[in-house]
Amino acid sequence: MNYRDQLRTLWKKVDVEKHGPLFALLVLFILSSIASPYFLQTRNILNILRQVSYTGIIGLGMTFIIISGGIDLSVGSMTALVGGLAIMVLNYFGGGYLAIVAAVIAAIILGLLAGALNGLIVTKGKVAPFIVTLGTMAIFRSLTLYISNAGEFRSSSSLYPELGMGAILGIPVPVWIFFALAVIGQIVLNRTRYGRYVCAVGSNEKVALYSAINTDLVKFLSYVIAGFTVAVSAILLSSRLNSISSSNAGVNFELDAIAAVIIGGTSMSGGSGTVIGTVIGAVILGIVNNMLNMLGVSPYLQGTVKGLVIIGAVLIQHKKR
Amino acid sequence: MPRDILLKTDRLTKEFSGVRVLNEINLEIRRGEILGIIGENGAGKSTLVKILNGTYTPTYGQIYFEGQPVQIKDTSVAKRLGISMIPQEFNLIPELNVYENVFLGQEYQRGPFLLDTRRMRAKTRELLRELNTTISPDEKIQNLSVAGKQMVEIAKAIAQDCKLLIMDEPTTVLTAPEVETLFELMRRLKQNGVTIIYISHKLKEVREICDRVLILRDGDFVSLDPADSLDLRTMANRMVGREVGTILPPKVTPSEEVILEVAGLTVSGLVKEVSFQLKKGEILGFAGLRGAGRTELAEAIIGVRKKTAGRISIAGHERRINSPVDAVRNRIAYLSEDRQGIGILTNFELAKNVTLVSLPKYFRFLINPAVEKKRAEYYVDTFGIKTGSVYTRVEYLSGGNQQKVSLAKSLDPAPLIFIVDEPTRGIDVNAKREVYHFLHELVESGISCILISSELEELVGMANRVAVMREGSLVGILEGDQITEEEIMYYATGVTGGVSA
Repeated sequence: MNYRDQLRTLWKKVDVEKHGPLFALLVLFILSSIASPYFLQTRNILNILRQVSYTGIIGLGMTFIIISGGIDLSVGSMTALVGGLAIMVLNYFGGGYLAIVAAVIAAIILGLLAGALNGLIVTKGKVAPFIVTLGTMAIFRSLTLYISNAGEFRSSSSLYPELGMGAILGIPVPVWIFFALAVIGQIVLNRTRYGRYVCAVGSNEKVALYSAINTDLVKFLSYVIAGFTVAVSAILLSSRLNSISSSNAGVNFELDAIAAVIIGGTSMSGGSGTVIGTVIGAVILGIVNNMLNMLGVSPYLQGTVKGLVIIGAVLIQHKKR
Repeated sequence: MPRDILLKTDRLTKEFSGVRVLNEINLEIRRGEILGIIGENGAGKSTLVKILNGTYTPTYGQIYFEGQPVQIKDTSVAKRLGISMIPQEFNLIPELNVYENVFLGQEYQRGPFLLDTRRMRAKTRELLRELNTTISPDEKIQNLSVAGKQMVEIAKAIAQDCKLLIMDEPTTVLTAPEVETLFELMRRLKQNGVTIIYISHKLKEVREICDRVLILRDGDFVSLDPADSLDLRTMANRMVGREVGTILPPKVTPSEEVILEVAGLTVSGLVKEVSFQLKKGEILGFAGLRGAGRTELAEAIIGVRKKTAGRISIAGHERRINSPVDAVRNRIAYLSEDRQGIGILTNFELAKNVTLVSLPKYFRFLINPAVEKKRAEYYVDTFGIKTGSVYTRVEYLSGGNQQKVSLAKSLDPAPLIFIVDEPTRGIDVNAKREVYHFLHELVESGISCILISSELEELVGMANRVAVMREGSLVGILEGDQITEEEIMYYATGVTGGVSA
């Protein structure tokens, strides 16, 4: 057996669905450390992680939806709407500690409700998820623009930014939350009945139905979970900026979240996937962006690279099947 | 190699994740013969023909076609060589019509862009006339019966130049007259020089139609003999590798206690006011022609189909069953006739399939993999499921083993009423015997069974009573000596009993 054959056998042994994303991350990591001496600096690494945590958190919820066979395009607009309303609640209660608690609670309730709205139309209305969330994407953005008169939701609190800007043991708060939610998500997906049902519904809904699984409830809850992750992301984002721009906040979040899920090895046709993969997918996207910046690539070209990464990831997954 | 050998295999071998399912098969197929392949589930029949038509690539071994060594990398290579296969599960697009399906991927064109629909229609009509069917080329596939769909599959296979036609259990879904038509057609194709590989579990048919019979067992070559030199008993014994005992277990006398009572059950347009009682420990057979509404009745009972009228009582208490969740709660289980479409999740591991329905029984919230593994191992042992491990995905198991997984999945919640829909369709003698003895054990332990079957032998041999349905109505319930194949057919076809057709 020559060298090429050996490599080929080794490649065949790699389970792309399980290890592909991690492998890609390692390669990217090594390449980046060679390409730029600044890459490995703690500050840079933490910066990348913080940047990806907003869409990464949403990606966690998106993972459940996509595995169950659905999709949610409305998460970006939902982030803006929930974040904006959270700031209004914050300002209404005066911007103190209690106001922050109220804003957080309000955001989470709103996120759950918005997710429930998507889930309800998908399951009870029997409308394709793509169409439903395309519609609510437009609705959520329009409501955000209307409420703020196309301007900005500006917080008057001086305490609120501490939440999103803060760090524990030197690691930014959003990163802590991202990783904590990822661990919880991974456990829910792999070790709970609900997680099993999500995979079953996405794998073959008819089999799931005949197996005494309440398929509508399973799908509905996946949108609610996504709504929750959107709320968390909206809180972190609005507190970091201490404001929400009605026209810019959350734009393209759905793309980054879906991309993280897909790069992480979750099948677009549903039925299988991992939460940890999504975390890796989000970090890969973050490192790519970071490197492009460091290497001085035009920001206008960064979308091209991102697109190539997404398509490449899916191509590799298909090749292996 | 002599000229009359169409295809030759040399040490053809296939392994799936380390498990050898086909072991060094040497085979010569003669031009213009009908070669039967028989063997138990998991014997390697389907694997062998899937290698020949390019679905699988062999782990090692060589295929020679018309004397030339060939690599059949995918189905399009096979097509080009003239090898077509009619699969067990149909591969037609329901929304398109007949001629569009027949010519799918090989359309006639007028010029570079336009489809030559007239020529395709005419050719399809000609093919269908040859097949002795009255199907119109413009009929939508979804409006066709199962037999009709199969005719379209055959038309599709012979539409282009076909030298080797592979048929994987073509008669399981056909009625007796339809089988006759198929055989006539096969003989005609043979006269035209087409070589046919015919896989079936129906040994009588194999003997009738085939020139030679290849017997496989556990992936090994057992024998290849002229069909008329084999009797049914020898075939069965060679498939199993030992003497086959009596296939049917004795009947169990049920108790008088009524466990399930269905009254006036109606499903709009499909099931009309069906009433019956099921006793504890009884096997109640349901006979009828295709489309008589038996599966629909079962689906209404377990709550997947909306009931327009009727009541269901379990052990004397009326119950509302509006979903399979309710059915499982009331300890009713259903084994579907459509294994891959409804029964099991093919991309799930064996263990995850087995516990899919019964998950709430074991785990409140968190799943304990050790408990799950134990359950799966229990069924692998008791049912004799052939698998690499309990974590093998069921898509890699053979049809019979998938059926056992499906059974395990339905039974794991410990039902009291078990509705089985065509449980032995497409499985071999030995697996059939296992299923029968297994149902016997179930009713002996006090579980009640509704056995929906199109195999009359099975109903006569297994059921305490046989309910016969015709066009959605229950037209008679046969008991004791009344249960004969003839009597069942009289009721099913409307010669005697119930409302006239």
